[in-house]
Amino acid sequence: MRVNKPSAARLIIILLALSFLYLPIGTLIVYSFNESKMVTVWTEFSFKWYQALFNNDAIINAVCISLLIAAMTACTSVVIGTLAAFVLVRVRSFRGETAFVLFMTAPMVLPEVITGLALLLLFVTLGNVIPFFSERGIIAIWIAHVTFCSAYTTVVIRSRFRELDISIEEAAMDLGAGPIKVFFAIILPALMPSEVAALLLSFTMSMDDLVITSFIAGPDSTTLPMLIFSSVRRGLSPEINALATIIVLIVSVFTFFAWLSMTKKQKRVAADRAKAAKARLIEEKELMEPRRV
Amino acid sequence: MSTGFSANMTFIRRAFQQRRKAPLLTRHNNTWRDYALIFVPYVWMLLFFLLPFLIIFKISLSVTEIAIPPYSPLVTFEEGAMQIILHLENYTSIFTDPDGTYIRSYLKSLQVAAFSTLFCLIIGYPLAWALASSRPAVRNVLFMLVIMPSWTSFVVRIYAWMTIMKRDGMINDVLMALGIIDSPIQMLQTDFAVYVGIVYCYLPYMVLPLFSALMKVDYSLIEAAYDLGCRPVKTFFSTLVPQTKSGIIAGSMLVFIPALGEYVIPELLGGKDSILIGRILWQEFFNNRDWPLASAVAITMLLILVIPIMLFYKIERREQEKLNAGK
Repeated sequence: MRVNKPSAARLIIILLALSFLYLPIGTLIVYSFNESKMVTVWTEFSFKWYQALFNNDAIINAVCISLLIAAMTACTSVVIGTLAAFVLVRVRSFRGETAFVLFMTAPMVLPEVITGLALLLLFVTLGNVIPFFSERGIIAIWIAHVTFCSAYTTVVIRSRFRELDISIEEAAMDLGAGPIKVFFAIILPALMPSEVAALLLSFTMSMDDLVITSFIAGPDSTTLPMLIFSSVRRGLSPEINALATIIVLIVSVFTFFAWLSMTKKQKRVAADRAKAAKARLIEEKELMEPRRV
Repeated sequence: MSTGFSANMTFIRRAFQQRRKAPLLTRHNNTWRDYALIFVPYVWMLLFFLLPFLIIFKISLSVTEIAIPPYSPLVTFEEGAMQIILHLENYTSIFTDPDGTYIRSYLKSLQVAAFSTLFCLIIGYPLAWALASSRPAVRNVLFMLVIMPSWTSFVVRIYAWMTIMKRDGMINDVLMALGIIDSPIQMLQTDFAVYVGIVYCYLPYMVLPLFSALMKVDYSLIEAAYDLGCRPVKTFFSTLVPQTKSGIIAGSMLVFIPALGEYVIPELLGGKDSILIGRILWQEFFNNRDWPLASAVAITMLLILVIPIMLFYKIERREQEKLNAGK
């Protein structure tokens, strides 16, 4: 896109949009340090709600369950996403490919109530045959999360996979490397940035999912979003403000690193491109020289 | 929610990376190894994605019973004969309900989803333009700032709006202090709050595809239109909109489809009359424990969504084919 000079219109749009996006979050953060139980009346600065938060066993327990499920989900859905991306990019068209692409796209857009209901009914039905499924504990939630996260990891990894140069793989094959060796020595290292992105993405999505989890979860496995939802429904509570502040803090640290790596990568690409252009210039010059003489 | 987030990740990549020529793939016949690779993701999706929908469909054809599980079996064996009983009551009761609750909530959901999509488009388009036309270094920062809220917890963001839209919340305080209003306005538990919530949460999903479409626009066409004396509004609709069509459609679908079945936002921000279909499904399932009816509601919702989902899928597919030309 053509880069315009700074304009007033653009500045206003950006300021309005950012204040819309950050006003609610900012308010939460400010009031998490408020002494009063009233969420809207400022009295004095205090860490009281953070203390209350760390002494709340239910919240700590829910955080642990959520972290466990998110870690399991992230690892599994990255593996499935890599396999699916490999199939979509490298394997010649196969029977049922259209259906495969549809399965991989649909979970991204389906309303969550539908996916949640569908998976719950699946577990109930399977539970009639295999009693293990009727427990609906952490494993069931993990399966549900992997199902919708895999769709996302596939998209992320696939878009990186497409840019890989197949001739390197072919060279390795010609030099006698087996397919497994090629995958681990060449494909996987090249995919690493997208694997990490997919891992973080599915981790956050699993941490954040409320609707699907509420359908699946049995009474013993309450995840963090479920706990927040039920306490928010009962009324406003300053402990949630403190929790939100911590979440925002962690997310902004990660965002900062994402921004850093994005900027670095762009600089590297730009430098490479400049180098290539320079090389081409020199080459052209050398070609021109004899003619001039 | 967070749905559609990483559909956006592709859009981000497409926007930021220079298009390279697709590598020429040597055609090879699929070996057993290829099929082994296909097997795992394929079977996972068949088992945990396709099969559940068949089960929903099956259960939507039965009736509730006080039993575990709480619905009647479709196939029964009596005196050695197999009986299949299909109940269509759930579907007919959706359409012939005396109060019209279901029909009304479907219409209401369609209305809320359509208007939210429109608002997201109206707010998102200028924002995407502002992002795309900034200097690259500034663009990166702004870009991260726009998507960062969608990485924080969804419920927490809704909760944040609850605190500032309350009767004694910040918005009312500021408006009263400025003397614009005399008494606090009721904002929570209205449709207004639902719209604000949906637009707030889904805005990034609209902005990202638009942004990536705007990055690819050929600006010489706009200059040409100006040189030929075209007015700004006409230039916008005749050059910019056609060139960003795929972004507009993708963004709209990413907002419209999840918004149609939204449960959390109307539940927390909406009032008694913001009965959207997602809430109906939830209530039938959890409060009334009427699983067959909830399934029928889900199947009907799915039928409404078939067209938008296919539209989104087609765009995704076309993009894939474009990039995959060598395959």
